[in-house]
Amino acid sequence: MSKPKSAYSIPGKKQKNDTHIIVVWVDNEAGVLARVVGLFSGRGYNIESLAVAEVDPKLNISRITIVTTGTPQVIEQIKLQLGKLVPVHKVADFMRGDKKIIFKEMALLKIVGNNIKRKKAIKFCKKFNPVVLDKTNKSVVVQITALRREIDTIMNNLKKIGLVSVSRTGAVAMTRGAEVFK
Amino acid sequence: MSKLYSGAEIVFKCLEAQDVEYIFGYPGGAVLPIYDELKNHESIKHILARHEQGAGHAAEGYARSSGKPGVVLVTSGPGATNAVTALTDAYMDSIPLVCISGQVPTHLIGTDAFQECDTTGITRPCTKHNWLVKDVKDLSKIIHKAFEVATTGRPGPVLVDIPKDIQFQKTKYVNSIKRKKLNGKIHNKFNQGEIDQFVKLMVNSSKPILYTGGGVINSGPKASELLRELVSLTGFPITSTLQGLGSYPGDDNQFLGMLGMHGTYEANNAMHDCDLMINIGARFDDRITGKIDEFSPKSKKVHIDIDPSSINKNIKVDLPIVGDVSEVMLSVIKTLKKKHPNFASSNKEKTSKWWEKISKWRSVNSLNFINSDKTIKPQHAIQRLYELTKDKDTYITTEVGQHQMWAAQHYKFNKPNRWMTSGGLGTMGYGLPAAVGVQIAHPDKLVVDIAGEASVLMTIQEMSTAIQYNLPIKIFILNNEYMGMVRQWQELLHEKNYSESYTAALPDFVKLAEAYGCVGIRAKTPDELDEKIKEMINVNKPVIFDCLVDKEENCFPMIPSGKPHNQMLLGPNDQKENKITGKGKTLV
Repeated sequence: MSKPKSAYSIPGKKQKNDTHIIVVWVDNEAGVLARVVGLFSGRGYNIESLAVAEVDPKLNISRITIVTTGTPQVIEQIKLQLGKLVPVHKVADFMRGDKKIIFKEMALLKIVGNNIKRKKAIKFCKKFNPVVLDKTNKSVVVQITALRREIDTIMNNLKKIGLVSVSRTGAVAMTRGAEVFK
Repeated sequence: MSKLYSGAEIVFKCLEAQDVEYIFGYPGGAVLPIYDELKNHESIKHILARHEQGAGHAAEGYARSSGKPGVVLVTSGPGATNAVTALTDAYMDSIPLVCISGQVPTHLIGTDAFQECDTTGITRPCTKHNWLVKDVKDLSKIIHKAFEVATTGRPGPVLVDIPKDIQFQKTKYVNSIKRKKLNGKIHNKFNQGEIDQFVKLMVNSSKPILYTGGGVINSGPKASELLRELVSLTGFPITSTLQGLGSYPGDDNQFLGMLGMHGTYEANNAMHDCDLMINIGARFDDRITGKIDEFSPKSKKVHIDIDPSSINKNIKVDLPIVGDVSEVMLSVIKTLKKKHPNFASSNKEKTSKWWEKISKWRSVNSLNFINSDKTIKPQHAIQRLYELTKDKDTYITTEVGQHQMWAAQHYKFNKPNRWMTSGGLGTMGYGLPAAVGVQIAHPDKLVVDIAGEASVLMTIQEMSTAIQYNLPIKIFILNNEYMGMVRQWQELLHEKNYSESYTAALPDFVKLAEAYGCVGIRAKTPDELDEKIKEMINVNKPVIFDCLVDKEENCFPMIPSGKPHNQMLLGPNDQKENKITGKGKTLV
């Protein structure tokens, strides 16, 4: 059935999706992450990546960074719905392209191969603050911090020269300069 | 050193501090310590439901008719899962409920213990907030906070899950009723600039309409008074959502009736053609808007709501005002009086054409139906019920379906909190237990559940509750042997394939009433209807009234699927309708 007759509501025109980074400050209590994530799944919002950890052990505040896509209306709803949750203190929202904001993801890359390949691999990562965390005469584990798409590119390049395992965090964000989001 | 209390005692100390008079509940293993404590607290009466869903809806009925939060007490596992429907219902219709559930002892959580379920996990999406109490020291703080969350801002249900061992453990009681707002979640965020802008829009409008919702009821009786003042100050026409009925007198000339899917012709057309839409405490629900792309295309829209997430959720508005509707209306009235004294009379000229148009729509008489002297038409039954009960300050609850819409169309409400219906979730089986709760809150008032025979069977067991507590609720069943609304949609939209919408083997409702120990009355013809209704009103006992109505009556007017407000399907008298539904007319 293309247009079911008893469907009371038929979806209207779709707007363009944008990628946003939503930062949420929450009380670090049991179930708080489930509340935030459940709100996204329950209302059909996307989560591209998610990073969460306690940032203020004294006040028990955790900071959740969520990368999401949606129309301007959906993004607005996400912020307002998050703001209604009892353990949520504040919600910030940044466009991915925003120049005032720093976004970073971290990745751990394990490369197995001979000396030449391993050296080449580290060279590939040079632009992204590579730190060698572990090395044997067969393998190397490198930590890099970069943007999502940069890590995607590196992974593609390294596949040919012995990348066997990847572990990535979600993006975290912070404003540039002296300003703090209130 | 201050006295130590058990968790169960603390529960009651908190309820007493919150002035709770009634708890609706059902006992079970994991709440036994709390039930054991009940006898020591005379100011709190427990109403034993026959199913936890019934307890929940009864608490909703109590809350909606009294303006106080409803309190529910259930056990773990099935007790909690049975309450989920009522919690979700309360969440959708913004009803303050505090549900206290028992849980298996802390050390058994996560072991798939007997009657264990992840109650806070299951109820997370259907409550404003919920808590699993892991330390008895937190208990009093949590319960007081639960009441605060349930009753402030946009009201809603909350749940406190208390493991059995916590109910036994002892600690000090801390009375921590706080009036502080949560996490800076203030509710009145509007400023005078917005009010001025709003008044300016009103002054400039020649085709205005007020569209009011359940928010006006939730804001308290004062909001309804302010609304009446605002309507008379402006002279604007007003329409209401299903949930808002009663906040403005249903028989007033400025009232256009309910709007939306089964709203009146004049209300929906006025919504479509207006140049200024003033939404007060409603949420642009899909049953109201119809097709969103063509919703009221030429209007400026003002939206007053306490919940910022309601703004721009479905419909983009030009002027959002976040705040309690009472506070906002108060400011608007003040400003209007100051800047434009005698606004209604000075503005009369400007809106006179608009009112002419409205009376033209009105003359269509869209709630009309072809009456019969042989079978009882359901609309006629509601009209008679209204005429015979309107002087009694009657409280009406409903189930969900055709009868609900007919009740909303033909029963005129004059006061807020007199109309309890499941609008958001559309829960069949809501009305009977809700009537129980309403009667508890108003023991001397007439409480009628306008029901369908299919809906009422979903929670019929609560008749037993009504008998136990001498609650003379009247269950007025419009019996057409069909799930009427399902049948109507199948007739109009599924080529009359009446798949599973006929109920064979219905019980004899008169005998059923007698079996429960209440009174059964049956009306078969229009002639005897009035007498039987009077008989029902005069019995001081619960009554099941089996009103046998036309089996194939449809609920009109109706906005058909995917259509905007100005393309309504009218009743059998209307020719257009015959064209659209074709075979549909043969049934009328």
